[in-house]
Amino acid sequence: MCFELLGGRLLAPYFGSSVYVWGSIITVFMLALSIGYLSGGKLSLFRPNLQKYGFIFIVSAFSLMPMIFFSEAIMDWVFERVEDPRYGSLLASSLLFLVPTAVMGMIAPYSVRILTESKDSSGHTAGFLYFVSTLGSAIGTIVTSFYLVLWLEIDQILWLIFLLMLVAGSAALLVNYVRSIQSASGENFAKPLN
Amino acid sequence: MKYLLCFLLLAVVSFDLTARTIHTERSIYRNITIDEYNQKRCMRFETRRRSISNQACMKLNDKDKLIFEYTQSIMAGLAFNPSPKKILIIGLGGGTLPMTFAKLLPETEVVSVEIDPAVAKLAKKYFYYAETDKIKTSIKDGRVFIKRAVKQKQSFDWIILDAFNGDYIPEHLLTVEFLRETKALLATGGLLSANTFNGSKLYDYESVTYQKVFNELQILSSTSKGNRIIFACNCDNLGDRFKLNLPIKAALQPLGVDLDSLVKRLSGEIDWDTSVPPLTDQFSPANLLNQK
Repeated sequence: MCFELLGGRLLAPYFGSSVYVWGSIITVFMLALSIGYLSGGKLSLFRPNLQKYGFIFIVSAFSLMPMIFFSEAIMDWVFERVEDPRYGSLLASSLLFLVPTAVMGMIAPYSVRILTESKDSSGHTAGFLYFVSTLGSAIGTIVTSFYLVLWLEIDQILWLIFLLMLVAGSAALLVNYVRSIQSASGENFAKPLN
Repeated sequence: MKYLLCFLLLAVVSFDLTARTIHTERSIYRNITIDEYNQKRCMRFETRRRSISNQACMKLNDKDKLIFEYTQSIMAGLAFNPSPKKILIIGLGGGTLPMTFAKLLPETEVVSVEIDPAVAKLAKKYFYYAETDKIKTSIKDGRVFIKRAVKQKQSFDWIILDAFNGDYIPEHLLTVEFLRETKALLATGGLLSANTFNGSKLYDYESVTYQKVFNELQILSSTSKGNRIIFACNCDNLGDRFKLNLPIKAALQPLGVDLDSLVKRLSGEIDWDTSVPPLTDQFSPANLLNQK
């Protein structure tokens, strides 16, 4: 959500703040999330482990790079070619937001897989994850719109998201590493995955 | 206390009796109402802040008269250049400014950019706004219009920024990058006029932003309410270029505009904190700063 709000800010200089600019942004985010959910769920079928989970975070962090470094060039390119601001903003938001949002969307179903201990508790796990991610969205929205835009530049906020994703991904990899050492040394702390 | 309350209640009721909403329009951006009171017809955007929601007003028995002090103040630009060939107005409102120019300067091309099609429709229906081959309207976001016009190598002699969304100026129309684009669209020696408010935290930031792009500013502060018109140009020595005793003075008299006295009230004084950062596309919390 934090990211979505910034999307509006990024597009405004090129495509304005007309109602269809927000329409484009929301469309692309929803589309990207649905792709992410589907592919994240598929990916969780193949030997799910913390290492891959961590990699999703790290990939999503790096998928923000085009937004940080090339957003102006990309929007300029679109602005030159597409006259209609509706399709211009739709194309620009697809180029900028589709990939990072889709990768971030993969996290949710993969988390369900990682955290689920049994069939019986799967509803509970999924509910808890929805709770965490939606609450996180609410907090991200309010903090960004109320405070972050007052304190930081847009690029700095993007770097902050990048860092958070990188830290989360590294933490998952670290936990995975520690566990593999522990299991190698005989203590069986294997994750309760079925 | 009781009497005071009664009096206030009565005052409110009697105001309501004389004010009559003759039309309400729901646009995709906001609710717009057309009210009539005291022989005036006004366009309002419905927002929380009633005090600044009047977008345009017209005297029913003298529709040419400029009622708002800010529209009168903008006319000071005619002392800078009494015969601009092309004028661009960002923010149509009731179309008061373009119609005034149509009468004063029949040879001048006036392009008004308005984001909300409903506003343009109501301007035509209730405020006698009429398009001709010289008076044109473009339904677009102001920033998008300007960016595209620069790419097409257009230029204007006078650009008037008057875009309000009910609260204040939209954030993306109040940044260094936007003003640079606007300056690029000005002809050499072209003039920029911006309608702004004083009296909020934003004042310093906004002033610094204009200063960063244009260096010299001339400010015309209103006598009553908190408006100020910022004048800036794509030229040097802005202050010396406003002239007194121009022939156009006489034509402005019937509109309620005393051109010479406006020019005398222009001030180049810097009365803001120049240490604050300018607003940019990366950093523009304009609407948050605007809270008092």
